[in-house]
Amino acid sequence: MGRKLLLEHIDVPGIETFDVWRKHGGYLSVEKALKNMSPDDVVNEVKNSGLRGRGGAGFPTGMKWSFLAKPEGVPRYLLCNADESEPGTFKDRYLMEKLPHLLIEGMIVSSYALGANLSYIYIRGEYMWILEILEKAIAEAYAKGFLGKNILGSGFDLDLRVAPGGGAYICGEETALIESLEGKRGNPRMKPPFPAVKGLWGCPTVVNNVESLATVVPIINMGADEYVKIGTEKSAGTKLISACGNLVRPGVYEIEMGISVEEFIYGDEWCRGIANNKQIKALIPGGSSVPILPAHLITKLATGEDRLMSYESLSEGGFATGSMLGSGGFIVFDEDQSVVRNTWNFARFYAHESCGQCSPCREGTGWMQRVLHRIVNGQGNMRDIDLLADINKKIEGNTICPLGDAAAWPVAAAIRHFREEFEWYVNHPEEALKRNYGMLKNTPTTV
Amino acid sequence: MIKTVITQQDRPVLSPEKMAEIQGVIQQFPEGKSKSAILRILHIVEREAGGWLSPDTMDMVAEILSIEPIEVYEVATFYTMFNLNPVGKYVLEVCQTGPCMLVGSDQTIEYIEKTLDIKVGETTADGMFTLKTSECLGACGYGPLLKCGIHYHEHLTNDSIDTLLTACRNGEVEKY
Ligand SMILES: Cc1cc2nc3c(=O)[nH]c(=O)nc-3n(C[C@H](O)[C@H](O)[C@H](O)COP(=O)(O)O)c2cc1C
Ligand code: SF4
Ligand code: FES
Repeated sequence: MGRKLLLEHIDVPGIETFDVWRKHGGYLSVEKALKNMSPDDVVNEVKNSGLRGRGGAGFPTGMKWSFLAKPEGVPRYLLCNADESEPGTFKDRYLMEKLPHLLIEGMIVSSYALGANLSYIYIRGEYMWILEILEKAIAEAYAKGFLGKNILGSGFDLDLRVAPGGGAYICGEETALIESLEGKRGNPRMKPPFPAVKGLWGCPTVVNNVESLATVVPIINMGADEYVKIGTEKSAGTKLISACGNLVRPGVYEIEMGISVEEFIYGDEWCRGIANNKQIKALIPGGSSVPILPAHLITKLATGEDRLMSYESLSEGGFATGSMLGSGGFIVFDEDQSVVRNTWNFARFYAHESCGQCSPCREGTGWMQRVLHRIVNGQGNMRDIDLLADINKKIEGNTICPLGDAAAWPVAAAIRHFREEFEWYVNHPEEALKRNYGMLKNTPTTV
Repeated sequence: MIKTVITQQDRPVLSPEKMAEIQGVIQQFPEGKSKSAILRILHIVEREAGGWLSPDTMDMVAEILSIEPIEVYEVATFYTMFNLNPVGKYVLEVCQTGPCMLVGSDQTIEYIEKTLDIKVGETTADGMFTLKTSECLGACGYGPLLKCGIHYHEHLTNDSIDTLLTACRNGEVEKY
């Protein structure tokens, strides 16, 4: 049994209400921080905890907080990124739906640390019912004096609001999120200036993922010294993993960093193996943007050691033989799935979601999507495979935001590990269509 | 691609409660930043306008926020949740992204197309259903799934789709 720091009380009836949450230790971190700690103490505690951003990039949270500019007389903002739209990722939804007060608690402590008196949760528009859950919980927190003016007599004021998006993956990128929250199209901004200097309405802003902010609660409650004892040296604490694809038991799990991938996929406590008694063919361990791993590199590293669920072990071997922990969107493919077709599906996703500002991304994602569509439908040729690699290189590193890379890397990784499958599609156009892995023929392009 | 048919549609009449709700949304932002309220207001107004935004409805939002109409068009065309064409009473949005595809979303789409005798993007002749596809809805472990109104319907099977469609026809499903 691993330790649960976030989901410990998830099965308690009524845990979404203030009173039950409070009875199970809720809001203690707010009391501790506001009464006994200075904002800098909180920042230091988070720094010492080694917490890395849970939204995908894994940037150290405490360090990000310490970059926040603090000019006199200018408001600062904390924004919670609840856009959650990276394919394979559905953990923040679970957390907000079941434990809204955990996020609110984390946001109070974090806003206090940053000196933000107005904070927003930006939630994807499709999660409208969760927005309602959050607003209800926020109203309770106001009524109980944990939000509003002079919280717990500390002199600290905080207003917390929720704002919905409108259906756009790109609004998960922090500067696009800010644009969207300003009521505009979600076009990412050029950096620098970074949000820490010029963010929402031109003011210093921190954007953090839901899970990152929720994790601040146990860190403050137990103290950084205790927190770092959990997990591995480089990946402290626990992580929510949203497991999906062809698993016996897909779902959201809180794992202690460092359990083995094998245990996570096959263990009774977790996913219980591959559905329908099939074999595993491939794994995307951290959301659609990270490289795919072939069967022989899933539970073992290239060196033969066990692969573990941690930042360092999942990325061991670099892009040649590793991948990334990313957002924890754990996508499992059984032996009958087509990697080529899935690669096309994701390419279509990125082409659809590109905001269109930079030509390498706008045109490149469209090209990749069309070339892959051609291959999937038995009209590809061998040169197409190299053409994909070429388009890839032209996108990579040449765009305003990382969506370009996020679109390019998965294609490169799929070709790296499954080149034979791509070639098979090209060499067997008729069979490719017939075999189509139980899927539709000639799916129309939607872009 | 932006497909807007300019069909004249009267602006929805907003009840005093809806107007108050909209004012409440505007007040969630600091003085002078009311444009930030636009997405949530578009969601509210779209619901009141029968599930889609006509140019006239968007102009109304511009007036509410004291901004130029183009600022509303810009936003409404960027975000995929907003419908810029008339839709059926129930909009079924099936997730078609990778993880859902792995568990059979293609078959789900095919089944609904066959059952309702429409293609993705079309509305049934009786104006009851519009079928759309969507990209990852953030529920990948519970696929195949669709969004209808504000709710998700997960772990779909042909039987559960039939049940849902019947419930919609009987008016037992919340529209928004
Ligand atoms: C295209 C794109 C989409 C993203 N989507 C999300 C998202 O849905 N949720 C999220 O928390 N971070 C997302 N991110 C990462 C954010 O930009 C940002 O790094 C993150 O919210 C920071 O929070 P963290 O440090 O707590 O992880 C996305 C980044 C990119 C480039
Ligand atoms: S990389 Fe793509 S999504 Fe990002 S700003 Fe450029 S066009 Fe937009
Ligand atoms: S892929 Fe369908 S909900 Fe994520």
